[in-house]
Amino acid sequence: MANKNFNIVITGVGGQGLITLLDVISKAAFNKGLDIKTSELHGLSQRGGSVGVYIRFGKKVYSPMVPKTQANLVLALEFQEALGGLEFANKNTVFVINNYQTPTLGESASLKQVEDNIKLATNKIFTMPFLSICEKELDNSVVVGVAMLGFAIEKQALPLTKEEIIEAIKETMPEKFWELNLKALELIKE
Amino acid sequence: MIQDLLKSNGKAILLGNEAIIRGALEAGLQFVSTYPGTPASEIGNSFYKIAKQANVYFEFSTNEKVAMEATMGASFAGLKCLVAMKNFGLNVASDSLLPFLYTGSKGPTVILAADDPQCHSSAQSEENSRGFSYLGHIPTLEPSDAQECKDFTKLAFQLSLKFKTPIMVRLTTRVAHQKMPVVLGVLPKPKAFLAKFVRNQKRFVTMPPRVLEMHQELLQKIKDIQKHAETSIVNITINQKSKIKNQKYKSKIKDGEAKNAGIITSGVAYLHTREAMDLVGMEAPILKLGFFYPLPEEKIKKFIKPLKKVLIVEELDPYLEKEVERLARIVNPKLQIFGKNVLPEVGELNPDNTAIGVAKLFGKTYNPKIIQPTKKLKHLPRFCTGWPTCPYWKLYAAVKQAAPQGTVFGGDIGCYMIAALPPHSLYDYLISMGSGVGIGHGVKKALQISSGQAQKQKVIAFIGDGTFLHAGISGLMNSVYNKSGLLLIILDNSITAMTGHQVNPSMGKDSSGEEIEPVKIENIVKALNVKNIAVIDQEENYNQLVATIKEFVNSGETSVIIARHICGLLAKRQEKAKKD
Repeated sequence: MANKNFNIVITGVGGQGLITLLDVISKAAFNKGLDIKTSELHGLSQRGGSVGVYIRFGKKVYSPMVPKTQANLVLALEFQEALGGLEFANKNTVFVINNYQTPTLGESASLKQVEDNIKLATNKIFTMPFLSICEKELDNSVVVGVAMLGFAIEKQALPLTKEEIIEAIKETMPEKFWELNLKALELIKE
Repeated sequence: MIQDLLKSNGKAILLGNEAIIRGALEAGLQFVSTYPGTPASEIGNSFYKIAKQANVYFEFSTNEKVAMEATMGASFAGLKCLVAMKNFGLNVASDSLLPFLYTGSKGPTVILAADDPQCHSSAQSEENSRGFSYLGHIPTLEPSDAQECKDFTKLAFQLSLKFKTPIMVRLTTRVAHQKMPVVLGVLPKPKAFLAKFVRNQKRFVTMPPRVLEMHQELLQKIKDIQKHAETSIVNITINQKSKIKNQKYKSKIKDGEAKNAGIITSGVAYLHTREAMDLVGMEAPILKLGFFYPLPEEKIKKFIKPLKKVLIVEELDPYLEKEVERLARIVNPKLQIFGKNVLPEVGELNPDNTAIGVAKLFGKTYNPKIIQPTKKLKHLPRFCTGWPTCPYWKLYAAVKQAAPQGTVFGGDIGCYMIAALPPHSLYDYLISMGSGVGIGHGVKKALQISSGQAQKQKVIAFIGDGTFLHAGISGLMNSVYNKSGLLLIILDNSITAMTGHQVNPSMGKDSSGEEIEPVKIENIVKALNVKNIAVIDQEENYNQLVATIKEFVNSGETSVIIARHICGLLAKRQEKAKKD
């Protein structure tokens, strides 16, 4: 396949801060002089419903949508939503999953069921209780995405450095949020 | 991002909708009117924040027809105007939009319409606004990415100035909500506005017999624009020779099979096409159309003439495909045309389904090894939880407790649409802005004029404060006037919530954020001669709400309950703003 771009799929539920995360990552890639395309959704789905956003960067990116089986990294901010990333996965795709669940008001899946399903595509799965760690250590739940991003960088799961992300945080967020987000970025390493 | 909108130059990551704003500002925009609707909402939201600084007049109009008329008026008076809305808004605005093409614009004017293939954030229909281009003879440009959003908008103002007609820029969700680095142009220095309305009945009064001449003049104008489109830089040929890159396919394909194939596409479908060619490992020359209407027919003829096969990649209805079929009959009757026979007509395109179509153009298949989830899970949108909570939880609990069995429930457009989904699963119909009460009247009337048990069946319709002011008043007036006796519950949470908390006339702030005397919904209802009116806070007086629903729904009179409690999200934000 001619896929030389880096493809990230972020899944979660509306209100979890997916778009802020998208802005930070794309700014970091932009600062490196890379081409970027992203796609996000607004409106009805934002009210607690399933949301998926795409970030693609590299030399030249055409479609804002990640092609199926072409994701390099899937960040799932809610573990059942990791399944939404599955069709984008191949054997090299890294999944970083937040061990946190919100009710689906219908059929649901356990963490084990989700992980077993993802293992059909890839074994590179990292599941951590990112949210509870953020709540415990930082008394904050909104920064969970940034904590997951920091963890993914530790695992060398994306071609961006923490320094580049810190720079992007400072450029995309008001100063009063910097300290909290920088702490979140460094919070979880193992 | 929004803070980059007024940057002097350089490059910035912009959302498609933000790039539209930037393009308009670079063109010297003066007047903006809009009504919020996803995927166009950020245009209004951003102008609400930057209009003053950008030296632009901005308003949230009370609905899209009014927004269109505001822009028409400002254009007639000579200002440079932008009017923005989602696809369904264009339906609302169409009554004034169509004659606007007859009068033409005086101040250059751009109409921004955003479609939502796949209905990510739209109920009602998977509308394709390109139909309006034909219906109204509206010159229409289709950008594919954020850079083109900026460039095409700027160009649209130039075209409007040159041809004295409003130009439509049509987006889809994946363009409007796409971000990319955009090369910025120069922002003009702020100038004083010099509006002047010069009386010209021949131009602005669309009465017969003059209106027929205007129709003729419009058709001539479209011919002139078509000539211009033939050489416009927005219609480009990407001249790869047909070739096969992927070794896997190369060995299987006979010589000549991949030759003489081409692709015609526009909008975001172009980006998916480029991606799909990479996925499939095949290349073909592409004609990328920036003009959807009028089409550069000579350019298309020239492109298809030497081809054996052509694939039309477009979302939803096959408008381009039909045009290409027509043109092929003239220049290349043997041309094999692929389009909706290999691509979906329902739902949005993406690199994957486009790749299937591209592969078929070469007589091949595209079939990557996709692992599907064993369970299809979906978090349905729901009323917000946490504290302060969404007031609709209590409201719908009260409705379920109070409504007699067999009551027909009419939904409408806003956050309260969520009550159509589990666990509420409430509404019996849900159609369009303001239609809950309008259709409820028809249902109730039909029952009322029938014999037997039907007469006893009740109708309760719901509408939010924003939607009531947008399109609910005339429906309620009709129910009172023609005595159907339904109960309308107006959910007043003090904001236009679902599209992102825009101000509206009932919430005490105008379009520039300044405090104003709020429109009291109960005063409007009273003026319509509704006899039974109650204003109840469902969080404070739950039992009273239950009792009132029972009383009103059995009264036989058209009745209104205004359930007034602030949106939980808004309350949270207001609290936070106070703290900061």
